[in-house]
Amino acid sequence: MINYIIKRIGIAIPTLLILIAVSFYLMHAAPGGPFTSERPLPPQVLANIEAKYGLDQPIWRQMINYLWGVITQFDFGPSYKYHDRTVNEIIGHGFPITLKYGFWSFIVAVGVGIPLGAIAAIRKNTWIDYLAVGISIGAQVLPNFVMAPLLIIVFTLWLDWLPGGGWNGGAWQYLIMPIIALSTSYMASIARITRSSMLEVLNTNYIRTAKSKGLPTKVIFFRHVLKPSLLPVISYLGPAFVGLITGSVIIDIYFSTGGMGYFFVNAAFNRDYSVMMGITIVVGSLTILFSLIADLLYAWIDPKIRY
Amino acid sequence: MNYLPKSLAMGFLLAIFASSSVMAATHPVTGETLAEDQTFTYSLLDEFTSVDPQIVEDVSGSDIVRDLFEGLMNQDADGNLVPGVATGYTTNDAKDVYTFTLRDNAMWSDGNPVTAHDFVYGWRRLADPATASPYSWFAEIMALENVGAVMSGEASPETLGVSALDNHTLEVRLTSSLPYFAAMTTHASTYPTPEWVVRTSGSDWTKPENIVSNGAYVLTEHIPNERSVRERNSLYWNNDATILEKVVALVINDENVDFTRYLANELDKGTVPSGQFIRLKQDYPDEATSFPRLCNYYMTFNLSDSGPEAFKDVRVRQALAYAIDRSVITEKILQAGQINAFTFTPGATAGFEVPPVAFGQMSQDEREAKAKELLADAGYGAGNPLSFEYIYNTSEGHKKIAIAAQQMWKEVLGAQVTLANQEWKTFLKTRGAQGFELARGAWCGDYNEASTFLDLLTSPSGYNDGKFSNAEVDSLMLDARTMDDASANYTRVEEILANEMPVIPIYHYAGVFMLKTNVKGWPYDNVEQNWYSRNLYKVAK
Repeated sequence: MINYIIKRIGIAIPTLLILIAVSFYLMHAAPGGPFTSERPLPPQVLANIEAKYGLDQPIWRQMINYLWGVITQFDFGPSYKYHDRTVNEIIGHGFPITLKYGFWSFIVAVGVGIPLGAIAAIRKNTWIDYLAVGISIGAQVLPNFVMAPLLIIVFTLWLDWLPGGGWNGGAWQYLIMPIIALSTSYMASIARITRSSMLEVLNTNYIRTAKSKGLPTKVIFFRHVLKPSLLPVISYLGPAFVGLITGSVIIDIYFSTGGMGYFFVNAAFNRDYSVMMGITIVVGSLTILFSLIADLLYAWIDPKIRY
Repeated sequence: MNYLPKSLAMGFLLAIFASSSVMAATHPVTGETLAEDQTFTYSLLDEFTSVDPQIVEDVSGSDIVRDLFEGLMNQDADGNLVPGVATGYTTNDAKDVYTFTLRDNAMWSDGNPVTAHDFVYGWRRLADPATASPYSWFAEIMALENVGAVMSGEASPETLGVSALDNHTLEVRLTSSLPYFAAMTTHASTYPTPEWVVRTSGSDWTKPENIVSNGAYVLTEHIPNERSVRERNSLYWNNDATILEKVVALVINDENVDFTRYLANELDKGTVPSGQFIRLKQDYPDEATSFPRLCNYYMTFNLSDSGPEAFKDVRVRQALAYAIDRSVITEKILQAGQINAFTFTPGATAGFEVPPVAFGQMSQDEREAKAKELLADAGYGAGNPLSFEYIYNTSEGHKKIAIAAQQMWKEVLGAQVTLANQEWKTFLKTRGAQGFELARGAWCGDYNEASTFLDLLTSPSGYNDGKFSNAEVDSLMLDARTMDDASANYTRVEEILANEMPVIPIYHYAGVFMLKTNVKGWPYDNVEQNWYSRNLYKVAK
């Protein structure tokens, strides 16, 4: 196991370096730069600015300087667009926000999705099953960019229960709508995966054996059904968790949360190279980390897998 | 134990007295009863770039800087020049030396006096290449002595044509005569900067915990992409006249959510979602507001060598310009009070009288008939249809206009037009490198004077992406710089443009917003929409 973890980390570092190099070149390959605007800057002004940020140097040198700063000082550089902030500050501010609403959305998605799927599977072809499937399909087809404004109209404008947006340090009133909007589609997917995998397990010979030897339903469910049915769910949860905690541009736009997702997308439009790279590195590292964790969890649950 | 109820009763009475005196507060000039809560909350569509006067480059950032800092001159509700930190100025006959007298009671929020040296420092900082300000070109159009050499690093910032004769006298030396120079000192990039704070805090000096400013408000909170708060500055020289206690700017990236939150009373000023102005004006006649903006929307022909041969023929350019029914675009598509354009310069520009250019005087039927005639003369028709590509930057609004124009050109002229959209920065790169045939363009004035638009179509202009070049336009615009009244030159240039048609003017922008009826003092008649929170107030409902 330890060897396997070391090996995976050994692969992760070059993967990350390749990710950085490819992103860096792609970013610079896009036409225009951070200071391209409708009002082209006089050449002298542009030269001053590019010299200040080192953008006048060849790309390979820019990349090495950048990486050196990241590795030695954990310095992601200044933002070219938001001049009052460094990239470290932008990520340091935005990431905890995204992490908070992402984490709670994950908890809600798992906490509602798995029981919903399980109930549907156990009470297959009853009204409970139809209701659960109906809810999950409804949640799946309602995209969050439709749900978010709808929630605001209902809870803010009509009912006047919740503030229409903002973050306020993550107070609960400001968390509810982002979590509902973000978690529903994940919840729906988890419910569907749980249901189908559980149905499969329920039809296996060893469950039939367990039933025939008279084991109580509870024991069958918790000891023999639940664990194997969760295998496909867990392989889904790894990437889902990364997706949730690395930000949703939709949530950030509609609920003005100030999270990282909006900065990421906006940085691409603004050619704000340093913000784009900084967030890419953070998101890339997290993706690698959580796929490793999901693999380890898998091994723990599935006795057939041994590293 | 007897004294307790007595003091409680006393306290109660005092509290009633205090609250009633607050409630009875009235506006010192108009006598209106003021609302108890003087907090003004408005929305920004995007996070502002900076609150550093010499760095800020966007409108929403400048709005905040205008509250936090104060320059030499201010604008009143009609856009007229009124004293700011300067009580007035004198100029020589040649109008190339200006001397500003500064008031002696202006103070920074840390208690230091505002002196002429703070302006000298700010202006040098603007031009200094070490600052790398994206707005340093403003120092160049201010024509400050030696600005070019300073910006290129050949001369030290100390050689810039601005100096403090004493603490309260600022002298500015220009390389050419600029009659409207004083008006330029209302621009954020000319505001003073506290050198001692920049020196100790470096690039962190604009953070709420460090910033020292000299305006009516101080920055007390800034959470990126969420909110920023500014509160009244008790050391501002005219603080007694300020009524709003607190101004909150919320970043809301979606205009529909913005409007919903306005309806939910979370905002005092909000956005009108695009295409909804007419409906909102009916539903909320006192809140939905449209005002002319100093911006134009046009299409530019590529007249350089890389441009199509067809566009070298002025008749083709005119035919395409005549065939567009601008009313369809402004009244059916945009619907927010935009103005049909037949000139490049918006009619709302100060001192600019819209000249009666010929094609603007015709009816649309006459224009279309003329367009057909012109194109036939140029040799295009059913057997030899005109075809070209129109590019615009990706946006639903631009797309609608492009499709409408494509249809009009097809119906009136039988032209085959392909449309192509490009992501913003890619588009700018393409247009700047003349990699297009016909391209969308728009321009917003930097100051309220026609040259801010017309200079764009002169040969040396860096923004002239269509590469139009006309010797008469160039010389008229050069002469205009030193004239006291250049309106005749501007009229003539517009006439030349209407004949040569290097660009197709489509419409002049209108700005729209929602403002609660209890917010008073909004400068509706200031065409640049430079607003100062210290002039706003909320009345009791």
